[in-house]
Amino acid sequence: MLELTVAIFMLLSLILYALMGGADFGGGMWDLLAVGPRAVRQRKAIAEAIGPIWEANHVWLILVVVLLFTGFPAGFAGMMTALNIPLTAMLIGIVLRGSAFIFRKYDSRSDATQRHWSEVFGVASFCTPFFQGIILGALATGQIRLVNGQVVSGFFAGWLTPFAIACGVFALGLFAFLAAAYLTIDTQDKPDLQNDFRRRALWSGLALAPVAGVVFLTSKQGAPEMYHGLTRWWAPLLLAWTSVMSVAALVALWRRWFALARIAAISQVTLILVGWCLAQYPNLVTPDLTVSNAHAPEITLRLLVLALGAGAIVLLPSLAFLFYLFKGKETR
Amino acid sequence: MEGDRMSDFFFARSQMAMSLAFHIIFAALGIGMPLLMAIAEGMYLRTSKPVYLDLSKRWSRGTAILFAVGAVSGTVLSFELGLLWPGFMEKAGAIIGMPFSLEGFAFFTEAIFIGVYLYGWNRLSPLLHWLSGLIVAVSGIFSGIFVVTANAWMNAPAGFKMVDGRFTEIDPIAAMLNPASFHEVLHMTLAAFVATGFAVAAVHAFFLRRDRNNLFHRSALGIALTVACLSIPLQILSGDYSARVVGRLQPAKLAAMEADYRTQKGAPLLIGGMPNDKTRTTDYALSIPAGLSLLLDDDPNARVIGLEEFPQTNWPNVRVVHWSFDLMVAAGMAMLALAAWSGWSWWKRRPPAGHPRLLCAVVAAGPLGFVAIEAGWIVTEVGRQPWIIYGVMRTENAVTPMPGIVAPFVIFTALYVFLAFIVFFLLRRQFIETAGPVSETFATSTHA
Repeated sequence: MLELTVAIFMLLSLILYALMGGADFGGGMWDLLAVGPRAVRQRKAIAEAIGPIWEANHVWLILVVVLLFTGFPAGFAGMMTALNIPLTAMLIGIVLRGSAFIFRKYDSRSDATQRHWSEVFGVASFCTPFFQGIILGALATGQIRLVNGQVVSGFFAGWLTPFAIACGVFALGLFAFLAAAYLTIDTQDKPDLQNDFRRRALWSGLALAPVAGVVFLTSKQGAPEMYHGLTRWWAPLLLAWTSVMSVAALVALWRRWFALARIAAISQVTLILVGWCLAQYPNLVTPDLTVSNAHAPEITLRLLVLALGAGAIVLLPSLAFLFYLFKGKETR
Repeated sequence: MEGDRMSDFFFARSQMAMSLAFHIIFAALGIGMPLLMAIAEGMYLRTSKPVYLDLSKRWSRGTAILFAVGAVSGTVLSFELGLLWPGFMEKAGAIIGMPFSLEGFAFFTEAIFIGVYLYGWNRLSPLLHWLSGLIVAVSGIFSGIFVVTANAWMNAPAGFKMVDGRFTEIDPIAAMLNPASFHEVLHMTLAAFVATGFAVAAVHAFFLRRDRNNLFHRSALGIALTVACLSIPLQILSGDYSARVVGRLQPAKLAAMEADYRTQKGAPLLIGGMPNDKTRTTDYALSIPAGLSLLLDDDPNARVIGLEEFPQTNWPNVRVVHWSFDLMVAAGMAMLALAAWSGWSWWKRRPPAGHPRLLCAVVAAGPLGFVAIEAGWIVTEVGRQPWIIYGVMRTENAVTPMPGIVAPFVIFTALYVFLAFIVFFLLRRQFIETAGPVSETFATSTHA
């Protein structure tokens, strides 16, 4: 049970990373794609929206990793070995993105300089979630194999498959959509910008549907266990809810019910990750590493759950304060 | 090991060393800068002098840049533990994951409140704003403490039993409170204050040399130099204590630090010289008779264990460890002397700002704290070799099976060199851009 608790905390952190950090990546994508007469103002709106919160948003990823190597050390060692290459690529993206964002803020105001940092920031915002999607996808392919805790499938297994790459593209689309949906609220007092982001949210939301279809279709060949998982009894239910939320988000955007659109988009992303996790369960790395064979000894798990409880007491009020301070006024 | 594996092992160690050497600078500044910031703002709340407000605002801009780079390089490290040393993490994750998790929360708190602090100038009452700065400083200290206990465990493993090569009876709390934790934590935390204090003091002393009466730089120098001068004597004492503990826990490391090959009573203290593993002597060293015995045991006849007690395959690189150790101690002593000089001049009611030669010395001493941190880190880490878990697991048995590690090593080195250049120029820009009247520049910049 304890290992399941830790796994659930990991899922929660992952969902929060997608909802907060993911939207930051999406912001970076729209920064790079900013065009037209309002491009400069769009970039400024994005920077203002993520400025105060992005440092905190990205700690969720550290939390996922720390929970993984404390709670499931064998799982961590296996993943880090088999997926060494895409993980390294993702890290390069994280370094360039985080530093380009802050460098742009404190570097010269000249257009050329700002433009250079924007490009680095934007390109890294595309690459990082793409590789994150690939990595998550690769875990489900069943092509990464371990014998006695040693990876025997080499360093290219899983992550170069059509399924994993489809997952990477899906992550891109999802984060772009999420960011655009959030930005419609961040730009409430600038109707022209709000319109821009509304249009972007609608397009990226629509584009998600065919990509999701491709992920599903490729999973039959590329991730058979996950495909099998998606045909269990709960799957139609979850799929239905996810679809309802996706449609609700699009309708709300169309009708300009932006607060509702944000809630629907958040629910959509949450349901997608929950569904992914249920289909993957109990595997960490399909099929050899599972929640039950890769976990740490009981005492570690128990202390970890205690630490998570204590940490949450400090963390949640602090986070609530941060978001209230910088995001609260829009919904008031 | 065969040739290719040997070179992968070499590059894995190099990449880890480079990543840590880079990150430790930003980590130390991430502990020290929030303290300076909070002191400056606290002074403003007490005295209402606008110069202190300007100071805390300017320092916070530098802190924002340093913190961001520290955050990304720290994220990289948490992955590199597994990307480079999966064999270590697989076994040790369950034992030392605890302090890493706690560090995760401390760092999270720090990241949240640095957002509140940097962007909240106009949204919070002055007292709440200052408190959020204080939270940044305190959580920064805590995250440093937790990470260092994990490193201490690698040096003095505790909280488990080894049965047939497997770790059993794991006790993560005992692992965290291992015998090396206290001295390492104390020494590292003080090091952050010393290094940040002297480095920041040097920057402001540099500007004061040209503009003696600049109130802004005088106040800045006052705060930074006070923090540095109060920390360095404590740091020297904690260093003395650390060496004694290391002598007890890791005698081979201590012997390498002191380039002491022979076990003897009344061991001399060897400074500098050329340690020679073949002849097992240290040539050309300055030798102080019975010095080492005195330092370690307060007894000139105490017996000190030399490297000869250990098989040579279990020695660290003696030259690297000994020279780094001497470099760290020399830097420490130089800073102590500077602190004494500053204290004397303050006692004589002659503040450093009006003392050109002292100002020059403060400028020259700017990098010393970081030189000492890097050298000290080399002593700790290279001195631990060939073990990744001292006496339990050899580093070569923990390395990833991944071939071609030279590639990520080259990429990350290039990336970090690039970041270091940019950070340097941006920090410089923060000073040059705001060289005019400060209060004006801030009315606009805080809205960003």
